[in-house]
Amino acid sequence: MPEKPENTFAPSNQALMFKVAVFLTLFTGYAFYSTVIYSKGTETNIQLTGQQAEKVANGKYLYEKYNCVACHQLYGLGGYLGPELTTAYSDPQRGESYMKAFLMAGGPRMPNFHFKADEIDDIISYLKYVDSTAVTYKSMP
Amino acid sequence: MFNDSAKYTSDKTARAFLLLSVSYLLVGLLLGVIGGLQYILPPFLKDQLAFQKTRPLHVYLVISWIFTAAQAGLYYYLPRVAGRPLYWQQGAWIHFFLHTAVSIFILTCFFLGYFGGREYLEFPPLLGAVIMLSWVPFAINFFFTLKPDYKKASVYIWSWSTGILFFFITLSESYLWLLDYFHTNIVRDVTVQWKALGSMVGSWNMLVYGTGMYVMEKMSGDTKANRSPIAFFFYFLGLTNLMFNWGHHTYIVPAAPWVKTVAYVISMTELVILGYIIMQWRKTMTQARKNYHHIPYRLLSYADIWIFLNLTLAIAISVPSWNYFTHGTHITVAHAMGTTIGINTMLLFASVFYIIQKENRAKFEKKKQQVSWGILIINISLLLFWISLLGSGLLKISGKLNNEVFASIMQKSQPWFKLFAYSGIAIFVGLFLLIFTVYKTLATYSPKKQSVEEELVTIHSLHKVAEERT
Repeated sequence: MPEKPENTFAPSNQALMFKVAVFLTLFTGYAFYSTVIYSKGTETNIQLTGQQAEKVANGKYLYEKYNCVACHQLYGLGGYLGPELTTAYSDPQRGESYMKAFLMAGGPRMPNFHFKADEIDDIISYLKYVDSTAVTYKSMP
Repeated sequence: MFNDSAKYTSDKTARAFLLLSVSYLLVGLLLGVIGGLQYILPPFLKDQLAFQKTRPLHVYLVISWIFTAAQAGLYYYLPRVAGRPLYWQQGAWIHFFLHTAVSIFILTCFFLGYFGGREYLEFPPLLGAVIMLSWVPFAINFFFTLKPDYKKASVYIWSWSTGILFFFITLSESYLWLLDYFHTNIVRDVTVQWKALGSMVGSWNMLVYGTGMYVMEKMSGDTKANRSPIAFFFYFLGLTNLMFNWGHHTYIVPAAPWVKTVAYVISMTELVILGYIIMQWRKTMTQARKNYHHIPYRLLSYADIWIFLNLTLAIAISVPSWNYFTHGTHITVAHAMGTTIGINTMLLFASVFYIIQKENRAKFEKKKQQVSWGILIINISLLLFWISLLGSGLLKISGKLNNEVFASIMQKSQPWFKLFAYSGIAIFVGLFLLIFTVYKTLATYSPKKQSVEEELVTIHSLHKVAEERT
C-alpha cells in the first residue's frame, strides 16, 4: 500500500509565525471589541443624580446582598425559579404594589427576608431604574 | 517526549486533585437534586436552605468539578508530555490547599448567607482574588514543566495554554463591576457579566477539550491528527468562539445592534469544532484499541452525541428572533446542562478513567460493569432531563405570548418540573456509580502494591486484544 502523505504542517518557523499572527490578530480584535463594547456599545442616556442615585445604589446593593439573582433575572441573567424582573415595574399585571407585597412577606417559593420599609423602597427604586433602561425588552412582541 | 509509562512524584498530587474534583461533583449533584425538588415542592427547606442558597452552592461546586478535574488531568499528563518531573511539586500542593481552603470559605459564606450577588460568582469578591492566586502555582507548573515549544506543539498544548491565559483574563474582567463606571450603568453591568462569564466558559472548554484531545491521541496512538492544519483551524475557530460567542446572550440587552450581528455570526460556528475532531478520531480507532480503552471510548462517543444535540439547539437559539423568546427560559438551561454534563463531564470522566486504567487497572477491571451501567443511566436520564427543560421552556414562551401570569405558567409547568426533578435524581445515581468507582480505585491506591497485579491485568487485556485481532 502506498504511504499516505503526512497531513501536517512542517514544524517550520513560517508555520509558527502564521499561528502566532492569527492568534495576535484575534487577540487584538478581542481587546478592541471589548473596549468598544464597554464604551459606546453600552452607553445609556439615563443619568441618576442626588437622592435618586443613592436609593438606586442601595437597592442594587440589597439585590446583590440577598442574592436575588439566584431566582430572578435581569436582562435574562439569573435563575428561573422566580419571575423575570427587568420590566416588572411597568408591567400592568405586576407593578410597584405587587412587588412590595412580595418584598414584605415573601411568597410560596420566596422566603421572607424581613426587609425594612426604606429597604423595600430602595429595591423598588432600583427595579424602576432597570425598567427605564429596558428599551429592547419593551419593543419585543 | 511522551514518556507515558513512567511514574512521577506529582502523580500523587494528580490523584488528590481527582479525588477533590469528584467530591465537588458529588456534593454539587446532591445540592442540584435539592434545588430540583424545590421546583416541585416549594416549601421544601425554604427557610433553612432556600433556592437562594442551593443554586449558588450547586453552581460553584459543579463548576469546580470541571476546573479541578481538568487540572488533575494536567498534573498527571504534564510530566509525561514534557518527559520530565513537575517543575514545582510544592507549588502543586500549595495550589491544592489554597483551592480547598477557598472552597471551604465560599461554601461557608453561601450556607451563612453572605453573597456577592453576581451570576455564577455569587461569593464575596475578595474570594475571587484568592481563586486567582490559587491558579498562579498551577500556571507556573504548566509553563515551566512543559516549556512549550509552540513550533512543534500539538494542538492540545495550545488549547491548555489558551485556557489558562484566558482564565486569568476573564476572571479579572468579571470583577470590573467593582468600578463605578460599570456598577452604576445596568446595561454595562449586565454586559460585563455575560461577556466575562461567557468567555470564562470558553477558557474551561479549552482546558477540557485539550484534555479530551490528549486522551484521544494516547488511545488511538495517532500523533499526527493533533498537529494537522485542520486541528489548528478548529483550534482558532474555538478561540474565536471563546472571544466573541458570548454575545448571543445579550440580544435582549439594549447594546448597539452590530454587537448582536457579530455575536450571531460567531455563534454559528459553535461546537462544530469538537464534534468534527471526535468524529474523525473515532474513524482512526481500531477495534482492538476500542476494546482496550472501552470505558473512555464509550464516554467520548457519548460526548460526540451530545455535541450534535447541543449544536442543533445552539444554532436554533442563536437566531436573534428566536432568542428573544428562548432567552430567560429553561431552554437556555437545557443548552448549559447538555454542555456541562453531556460534553464536559463525559470528556472529563474519559480522562479520569484513562488515568485510573493506567494507575490501577486491576481494580478498575472489577468495576467496569458498574461504570458501564453508570454511563448508560447518566445518558438516558440526561436525555429526559434535557427534554423536560425544553418542554418547560416552550411552555413558558407560550404563556408569555398569551400574557399569562408567572404563577400560572409555573403551575402548568409542574409535569415538566417533575420529569426534571426525577431525571435529575437518576443522573445523580448514574454519576454516583462513576464517582464511587473513582473513590474505590484511587482512595485505597498504593502504587508499589499494585504494579505487579496491574501488569498482569494489562498483559491479560493485551492478550485478549491480540486474540480479537486475529
